[in-house]
Amino acid sequence: MRLADIITFSSHVLIRQRFRTIVLWVAIAIGVVAINLLTALGEGAKSYVLSEFSLLGRHTLIVLPGKKETTGGMPSFTGESPRALTLKDAQAISRLSGVKTIAPLVVGQIEVSYAGKLREAMVMGSSQRFFELRHLDLAQGQTLPERDLFKAEAVCVIGKTLHKELFSAQPALGEWVRLGDSRFRVIGVLKDAGTSFGLDMGDVIIIPVVSAQTLFNVEGLFRLFIDVRFFQQLNNVKQKIVELLKERHEGEEDVTVISQDAMLSSVQGILDTLTYAVMGIASISMLVAGVLIMNMMMITVSQRRKEIGLLKAMGATARLVRNLFLYEAALIAVIAGVSGWLFSHLLLWLANSYFDDIQFHSPWWAQLASILLAIGLAMLFAWLPAKQAASLTPLDALQSKHGR
Amino acid sequence: MWFLRMIELRHIAKHFQVGEQTVAALDDISLRINDGEYLAIMGASGSGKSTLMNILGLLDRASSGEYLLDGVNVAELNEVQRTRLRSEKIGFVFQSYHLISRLTARENIELPMMLAGMPVKLRNKKLDEVLEKLDLQDRAGHSPNQLSGGQRQRVAIGRAIIMKPNILLADEPTGNLDSKSGQTVTNLLESLNAEGITLIVVTHDQAMGARSNRQLHMFDGHVKQQASS
Repeated sequence: MRLADIITFSSHVLIRQRFRTIVLWVAIAIGVVAINLLTALGEGAKSYVLSEFSLLGRHTLIVLPGKKETTGGMPSFTGESPRALTLKDAQAISRLSGVKTIAPLVVGQIEVSYAGKLREAMVMGSSQRFFELRHLDLAQGQTLPERDLFKAEAVCVIGKTLHKELFSAQPALGEWVRLGDSRFRVIGVLKDAGTSFGLDMGDVIIIPVVSAQTLFNVEGLFRLFIDVRFFQQLNNVKQKIVELLKERHEGEEDVTVISQDAMLSSVQGILDTLTYAVMGIASISMLVAGVLIMNMMMITVSQRRKEIGLLKAMGATARLVRNLFLYEAALIAVIAGVSGWLFSHLLLWLANSYFDDIQFHSPWWAQLASILLAIGLAMLFAWLPAKQAASLTPLDALQSKHGR
Repeated sequence: MWFLRMIELRHIAKHFQVGEQTVAALDDISLRINDGEYLAIMGASGSGKSTLMNILGLLDRASSGEYLLDGVNVAELNEVQRTRLRSEKIGFVFQSYHLISRLTARENIELPMMLAGMPVKLRNKKLDEVLEKLDLQDRAGHSPNQLSGGQRQRVAIGRAIIMKPNILLADEPTGNLDSKSGQTVTNLLESLNAEGITLIVVTHDQAMGARSNRQLHMFDGHVKQQASS
């Protein structure tokens, strides 16, 4: 029997048994939609997190106080550890060959006020280099002045949201804002820079690092960002930093130096596992559809016993009868798979038009797998009923009291 | 006068196991059917005529004895070979038509050609010929439940002859028809026999039997009497 005839024959069956076809169609399509949506969700979350971690660039190393291997967890968030990472450490690192730029970071939450308006804001203490490293552009004014790292100065650059809330339409440059008990002069306003490491950059105030240390009464740094001259030097510089800090910290290796690539690959590994896990969960719905297919096919074989007998009497071999049932299952799986795939794209398009910050895209392999899985499972679960149909003798099938 | 032997049965027996009892549906049947012959198998219900028909049509296997179809001992064939032989040499007409209700009359007749993988062009040519022969051109697009009993049986005959079989096996072909439709179907079968098809009919209808070349009267699994018309 020619493939075109098998498809025509199977189509007639599917059209005639409309209710059964619709039930199977919906069941399989739900499985395909579930796989595409959940993997898109996983991939959306992954690209969102990765984009947050990608802001630094591939030439950048991050030094964190504390050693991951010895503490058994992530290094201290506050920058406070038995032996803090200091500005003198930063100065020593800046003298290493291969180091192009260095930017320390101290963070803290503080009350900011201006002309009677009061709100909480995140303060980042750093240097002029920080703006280069984080690709922060200014809407107005200038960045922090390029001065000695150890020099405190009462100047600040504020985020766009903060500017709007404190100053409304008034000019902010040259104005004095109060951070806790200290006053800082606004010298710049950031452009809208979105979020970074979960921080809304519109809501931050950037001040010189020593000023931040004084403000929060800390000596240690939260992070140290280092840009190397050439990407090929990254590992070499990393090793040099570890050795230098070990020497400076009385022979103890108490810092963690990570590169963006290492961080990304670690995060990506976790998020990939998450995506595979959600795909696995979604595949369970496909298995349920498979069981439904087997059940429905068994009923249809029982209903079509006489037809099977007739086909065999007219020259259909057992193999052909088995294939007719398998192709029938495959045909409904293809139709349901493709329509489920299209429907999931429609839902993703709607989701993407609704959410700006996070984009949902099912990876190509998940899209392909969802359709192939639908076809494969449909044929697998149709195998037993198809085999039953094929094993009927023409006489038994024709003489059956059941079926038509 | 027939010279070619199409079918030869030698001491055919068919036993069924019913509980601990063995029931003989056919017992020591020997029979020759020549090419182009019109044979009527007659007898009461349970006489074994349908069992004989199923064995002749390769739908069932004999418990013992030899069945030679066109010189081939069918007992030596596997299921695929039997299926192929059946599709090449035998056409079936059933009392209850066995038409597929979701297909049109034309598609029902086309089915054996589809199963054989015949090209569409050739199929259409043969279909047009058969539909014209059966006078079903204007009913070709109708589904079986839109057809009368006589028309359905003509569709079933069309399906049986579309592959040009040597043998046509008809099991009570007029059993479900009124006398007028029955007469039409009988005439049609006779005309096919006149064209050279070996026609074997299982029937209760004495009049139909009387029009055959030979009648085989069965009783309790034996051939009780053979008579030539």
